Amino acid sequence: MDNLFIPQENKTPLVQCNYALGQIQFNGRSIPENSIEFYEPVFKWIDNYVLQPQKETQVNIHLEYFNTSTSKCLLDIFKKLYQMHQAGTSKVLITWIYEEDDEDMLEAGEDYQALIMLPFAMKKVST
Amino acid sequence: MFNVFDFYEKMEDGKIMLSFKGVITPDLLSSILQIMESKLDNLGEEPRQRKKVYNVLVECLQNLYHHGEVLTSTPALADKASLFLIGRNDNGLYRIITGNYILNKSIPELKSKIEQINAMNREQLKAYYLQTLNNEFYSEKGGGGLGIIDIARKSGQKFDYSFSKVDEEFSFFSLVITVNNV
Repeated sequence: MDNLFIPQENKTPLVQCNYALGQIQFNGRSIPENSIEFYEPVFKWIDNYVLQPQKETQVNIHLEYFNTSTSKCLLDIFKKLYQMHQAGTSKVLITWIYEEDDEDMLEAGEDYQALIMLPFAMKKVST
Repeated sequence: MFNVFDFYEKMEDGKIMLSFKGVITPDLLSSILQIMESKLDNLGEEPRQRKKVYNVLVECLQNLYHHGEVLTSTPALADKASLFLIGRNDNGLYRIITGNYILNKSIPELKSKIEQINAMNREQLKAYYLQTLNNEFYSEKGGGGLGIIDIARKSGQKFDYSFSKVDEEFSFFSLVITVNNV
């Protein structure tokens, strides 16, 4: 299965989906006008990944900003991963990375934690 | 249009950082955000406040942009511009004002949504946000009405708004968002 790499741009994050490592990473900001269009390749990659996943799947979300249309896409991604986690084919860990002064980003992570029954780790990094 | 500007000038300590009237495009949106980002940096705003203001800006501008797309399907409104203003007073309180044309028949729904949000406290807004995020289907543009709830959560203040009737079909909708200094 191919890896997915989308370079960082002004309004969109760096996306790295690595099959061998079972790793999905977003870094940067995610404020595209049309988030569904941007995240479409990620949805597709995950749909393929869940058919033959690694034993463990690590998801690292390190976003500086994201808009509300991205928040829908993130939830969609978590829901796809939840099904796989629930089925027991791969153990998922979401690491939600936020900068130490960014309470809003921590709260956003906690919002997802409240909605999705996946293990979340909140990780504070210094700016 | 003038009503909003008068209102703005009357605001105590109101200082405009940026104002724009025109049709919002993705490129233009990027430019405005870039300008505002450097202005926020130059002001030496606390990172948390900077992010809050930036977040509210993104949602406001994208609301205007997506609303503009809806309007283009109404020929009479296709070239109608949006209005956008941001000001910061000496106490670090930000005011963001948006203005756009709206069909009169769309007013009741929008008005009741704003009133509903204005009546909510912080906890209720969070619950409403989560409920909307979780239950609502994707809108075609991916927004799904979350933007306005998110703006309310970030701003920490009630919305001020008005509808000025233009004619039998259209009104001008203005929304004033205040962002608390954290």
